Amino acid sequence: MKISEVVSRLQLGVAAGNEQLGRDIDSGYVSDLLSNVMGHAGAGAVWVTMQAHQNIVAVASLTDLAAIIIADGIMPDPHTLAKAESEGIVILTTPLSGYEVVGRLYGLGITGP
Amino acid sequence: MESLNTQVIVLNFELKGSDFEAAGEASSKIKLVLQQIGIRSDVIRRIAISAYEAEMNVIIHAYRGKMKAEIFSDHTKITLKDEGPGISDIKLAMQEGYSTAPDYIREMGFGAGMGLPNMVRCTDKFDIESSVGIGTTISMTVCHNPLTIVGQ
Repeated sequence: MKISEVVSRLQLGVAAGNEQLGRDIDSGYVSDLLSNVMGHAGAGAVWVTMQAHQNIVAVASLTDLAAIIIADGIMPDPHTLAKAESEGIVILTTPLSGYEVVGRLYGLGITGP
Repeated sequence: MESLNTQVIVLNFELKGSDFEAAGEASSKIKLVLQQIGIRSDVIRRIAISAYEAEMNVIIHAYRGKMKAEIFSDHTKITLKDEGPGISDIKLAMQEGYSTAPDYIREMGFGAGMGLPNMVRCTDKFDIESSVGIGTTISMTVCHNPLTIVGQ
């Protein structure tokens, strides 16, 4: 499923990476521990987290993730967004809780790695 | 920064402890060069993950460090040498979940005790040496054409 379709089905905000929304999401992963994400999320995964600092961009980029969804209405700071734009990383936002986001992603057929 | 000949590309980086703003830049540069020379994407991912984990360890724990990537035609070797507190019990540090990172680092999602295990998992050869009060040296090698995919 394409990132753009998930954006519209879950009514997510697009905070960064508008040009990359045509990429496919292959799987999903949820964690606030960066090393867990690097160790277990697959390439092309959508990552659900409450971390919003700029280091999430490097994690997503180096692990080749499709997109980051920041849950619970948390907004990334301008540094994070600038870094995401320069590295072509998609950052999505939502007022939904992490639990709710993961449930809805699973309902769309996006499973774990 | 870069020297290029037919056999090896060498990239050198200076890392500064607690510089979370620049954290990951060295690993990103290494990844970019590997992409430019056409290394397999699953192999690049393993090099990028192990490089980032090692780079972050210097940022989190050390005062400063040097990171060197040597990209050969059939393998990449990454070496990090830091000046820092060192590791008194390497065996314990290698255990998943063990971490000495302070609380403010953990709140950022670092310090899960997964860094060293991730490095071992992603590399074909991993060596660590440490002296308490002096620093730690890590050396990692990843083959570019593995017969079997390690860690997946």
